Amino acid sequence: MFISSQNSEPSFKGFTLVMPAVAVGNVGQLAVDLIVSTLNMSRVGHIHTDCLIPMAGNNPYATCKEDAEELHTPAEVYTAAELKLAVLQIRAPIVQTKSKKFRQLLLSWIKASGFSRTVVLSSSHAYQRDDQQLQGTPLRYLVTPSLLKVSAHALKELGWREMERVSAFPGLTDANTEPRLYIPGGGITKGLYTDSCTEDLPLAVLLLFCSEGDNIPDAFTLVNHLNDWLQLLDNHSPEPNKWKIPPSWNLLFGSGIPPALF
Amino acid sequence: MATFFGEVLSVYSRAVEEEEEDVDEENEEDEEIRRELEQKREVVLHWSPEVSEALRSGNKLQCSDFILAVGHNAASFLSAYVLSSANWDAVGHASVWNERSRAVTGQHSEESACVFHRRKDNPSVLICQVTCYLAEDQQFQWTEKVFECLQHRELNVMVLSDGSVADYKTADYLCSSSAPFLRSLHTGAFSDRPVCQPLEQPNIITGLPAAVLNHCQVHRVAAVVYQCYSDVIGPDSVTMETYKLALTRLGRSIQLDPSPSTDILRKFARTTDIQSNLYI
Repeated sequence: MFISSQNSEPSFKGFTLVMPAVAVGNVGQLAVDLIVSTLNMSRVGHIHTDCLIPMAGNNPYATCKEDAEELHTPAEVYTAAELKLAVLQIRAPIVQTKSKKFRQLLLSWIKASGFSRTVVLSSSHAYQRDDQQLQGTPLRYLVTPSLLKVSAHALKELGWREMERVSAFPGLTDANTEPRLYIPGGGITKGLYTDSCTEDLPLAVLLLFCSEGDNIPDAFTLVNHLNDWLQLLDNHSPEPNKWKIPPSWNLLFGSGIPPALF
Repeated sequence: MATFFGEVLSVYSRAVEEEEEDVDEENEEDEEIRRELEQKREVVLHWSPEVSEALRSGNKLQCSDFILAVGHNAASFLSAYVLSSANWDAVGHASVWNERSRAVTGQHSEESACVFHRRKDNPSVLICQVTCYLAEDQQFQWTEKVFECLQHRELNVMVLSDGSVADYKTADYLCSSSAPFLRSLHTGAFSDRPVCQPLEQPNIITGLPAAVLNHCQVHRVAAVVYQCYSDVIGPDSVTMETYKLALTRLGRSIQLDPSPSTDILRKFARTTDIQSNLYI
């Protein structure tokens, strides 16, 4: 459940919530790291639950020595009040048997907090794309009917591609199964989306087809895509790369190389 | 996934397991098996009659200092440097079963995997040694159950945790002479100064020490974790000695024996279960 890290309960009414799904390449989580780091968001609370594998570390967004020793937990909520933006960052995998419980926990928190809309950043296995998905942009979106009512125009202007329904058994023509939504490697993405449709919550999913590896470029792609819609950054800044990489991204592939190796 | 050479490899993601279909279609038998398994994996605390009496009707134990040792070196350190003074009572143990637990040969092995001790002359100081493996879904549960028994006001928690230097990430290659060394992590409520450097990004801790820190952070309890990075697998006297620094702050609450006899050290630093002579 949500526990405030300040002395009062924060208000999220009317805020937009951006959250990642723990999915292939951790792209959603990396994208969220960029948002929190660039917008210098402040932490307002923790989601304390037995559904995530425990981990702890010092401040991943530290800018100076003074704030480096702040403890951070597996699921935390950050806000940028001037943008009416809240971000949930999830840093640990979901305990295997607790995936449904976690989804329900998140959705009831979203409902209770009064977010005006939720955007889930996610990814899906690139190798599982079918023939039509192999062409064109690797980015897809999904939106619940409740959010479509409000954002239909904006989404149309952006010219985004909706996630296709795929047949359950590709190549088999006599199977009388309807094409269905399939997000392999997306973790709880599909569950969150379908539950939100059922519960009439305004939720959108932005996902990217990718593979495991160095997913930093994928994170940039996804966050720029999100920015096209939500306009989180000031577009007049001259630098091409306007996102700030947090210090926690150092040494993603291990320690320095021992000089004695050469 | 197909590679350039035409072989087909299975693809693993470091982030997600293979998607499991919704378990709503489980039949009754599966559900019962799942429930039984969950029950078997439950963490159960067994207290001495004295402590059980004190905990009756929702009361909590008065506790000013709770020291938790996770791992063989941390636990052996406490046994050799603190608990050998015979000022301590064993007041309970936790029984934890998971797929890595070896078949219990007798009560003894189960009881020694997670033991609680309390000081005879100052019962508000509690020590716990955990040498068994706690699965990912049991770490939170263990923490909640233990802390449920302790009153949180003015509680100070210290966790000593074993780690491998292979897991420590640093830009400058760490030469082996610097191990073993300590790094610290503490909650917002911890107002003292840690005895060593803070754990630098991008390093993190996982497991029971992380679960305890998470609990203390959200419940605003003063807690500090001292993670010891060592290059030795198994109990080792040099690694154990590294923890001495952590206990200096506790002074009177913990009577530290600054240099235990070689006999005592040898008892705890023995190599356990030599299964293979390939690696020392």
